[in-house]
Amino acid sequence: MPFSAPPPASGEPYVLSASLDNARHLSSLLRAVHFQDHATCFATASGLRVTVEDAKCIQANAFIQAEIFQEFAVQEESVMFRINLSVLLDCLTIFGTSSLPGTSTALRMCYRGYGYPLMLFLEEGGVVTVCKINTQEPEELLDFDFCSTKVINKIILQSEGLREAFAELDMTSEVLQITMSPDKPYFRLSTFGNAGSAHLDYPKDSDLMEAFYCNQTQTNRYKISLLKPSTKALALSCKVSIRTDAQGFLSLQYMIRNEDGQICFVEYYCCPDENISEAEV
Amino acid sequence: MRFRAKIVDLACLNNFSRVINTIAKLAKTCTLRLTVCKLYFIVSDKVANGGTSMWCELCQGNFFDEFQMEGVAAEHNEIYLELVPENLSRALKTAHSAKAVKIKLTNKHCPCLRVAVELPSLSSSSRIVTHDIPVGVIPRRIWNDFREPTVPDFDVSIYLPVLKTMKSVVERMKNLSNFIVIEANLSGEMNLKIETDLVSVTTHFKDLGNPPWASEDGCQSSAQGRDLESMVEARIDIKKLQQLLAGQQVNPTKALCNIVSKRIVHFILLHEDVSLQYFIPALA
Repeated sequence: MPFSAPPPASGEPYVLSASLDNARHLSSLLRAVHFQDHATCFATASGLRVTVEDAKCIQANAFIQAEIFQEFAVQEESVMFRINLSVLLDCLTIFGTSSLPGTSTALRMCYRGYGYPLMLFLEEGGVVTVCKINTQEPEELLDFDFCSTKVINKIILQSEGLREAFAELDMTSEVLQITMSPDKPYFRLSTFGNAGSAHLDYPKDSDLMEAFYCNQTQTNRYKISLLKPSTKALALSCKVSIRTDAQGFLSLQYMIRNEDGQICFVEYYCCPDENISEAEV
Repeated sequence: MRFRAKIVDLACLNNFSRVINTIAKLAKTCTLRLTVCKLYFIVSDKVANGGTSMWCELCQGNFFDEFQMEGVAAEHNEIYLELVPENLSRALKTAHSAKAVKIKLTNKHCPCLRVAVELPSLSSSSRIVTHDIPVGVIPRRIWNDFREPTVPDFDVSIYLPVLKTMKSVVERMKNLSNFIVIEANLSGEMNLKIETDLVSVTTHFKDLGNPPWASEDGCQSSAQGRDLESMVEARIDIKKLQQLLAGQQVNPTKALCNIVSKRIVHFILLHEDVSLQYFIPALA
């Protein structure tokens, strides 16, 4: 049930205003990228992108396009601010995370621009919560310069095939090694932990494999502690695309269907681990 | 001084366990006062408790099939014990499918409440699990420390919102701040507010209703003549409020709070057979 926020009090119009009937459409996506306290929000007429980074090696982006919202208006070309994501999530889920089916929290979000706090108006069952979250100066974001023309290997898998593997990754291993090849083992995930090495192979003709475009054998290692948070996005998604470029940069794109069947995307970019000795295959 | 009691009915036992679980969430140690008709769990407002106090009252007849008590003396037919409610709660956890639970005050090496849980067994002899819970006997000369608190001269009395909603909101707010402001007026409106450097959050509850209080001389103390819309507030430790709400496992029949502006918030939660009063002092 959308409701209108009070009009801007003193002169300043809202540069960003949005309404959402079900706040979960936003909060669940933000949880999929919540591995640091701070996030950068970037809004254009197309929608909202929320970016979280860590260690200058990993970046996660959640995209919530304008069509997901019941109302989405951006007065300038783009609006950008940094915000505490933990606080934002606590506010979006103020009425609890698990709702009875049929009930949902309605959300209205307003932002007056640089230096102003983000205002949230949430309503469920006649109870209204108003939140005012301070924003900060946006920091420069990493640019992985990852574009589809530079992709060497790409596969698209059904998420259910990877969920168990990621949930049970051997965290005593420092790295997750990903091998993609036109020849056997096609797609292999490997860890090297205290108990020994573990390899998980997915053949290219597996039922779970929706697309397989591998031109070159590549083996890359990534810090497992940086990739582990992507498990949250994997858990929500129905499909995932895994791509690497010539430098070994990894792109994971998750296709997520929300409660109303609308599609949103979350992507993770990760640099390969620099301390590489001879890769085991 | 003697005390022995027995619960045979499973529903009564589960009910009693629920009460003890709630008490255990609210207090590390408390005073158990036994009289012929009632049991009381009391926490008095000493500095050690951070100024919070609790008064929980149950009619023994609603829970126990057998209840025999002989106090310290004929004219003072009561027993006051100090105990750790978590110990009692743990003992009762083993009783969820028990045939009977017997509680007895013993003094073998030191005073204890002996909880004997009789469990169903395939053979003819029953299995009994016994827990000895150490208690302290409180001497009569300090019984006055544990008198029933009086209802404060409140500024506003208001029914609480649906506890489930209040619980969710307070739990989230607890992540954001150590203190919470409860404000309410005589028009059935209540706001819960937190404010820090990072964020401020206010939840507005409406149409809650204000309980009618009749005092001895027929008029409502300082609540009389108050402007219906003006808010009265108290800033309290959010953890204490969260513990109170988390301990409520079943919806009370009546739940209300009395606010003395900037001094204290007095919560009253009434169930069919248990009444609980909880006082949380306001902080500067």
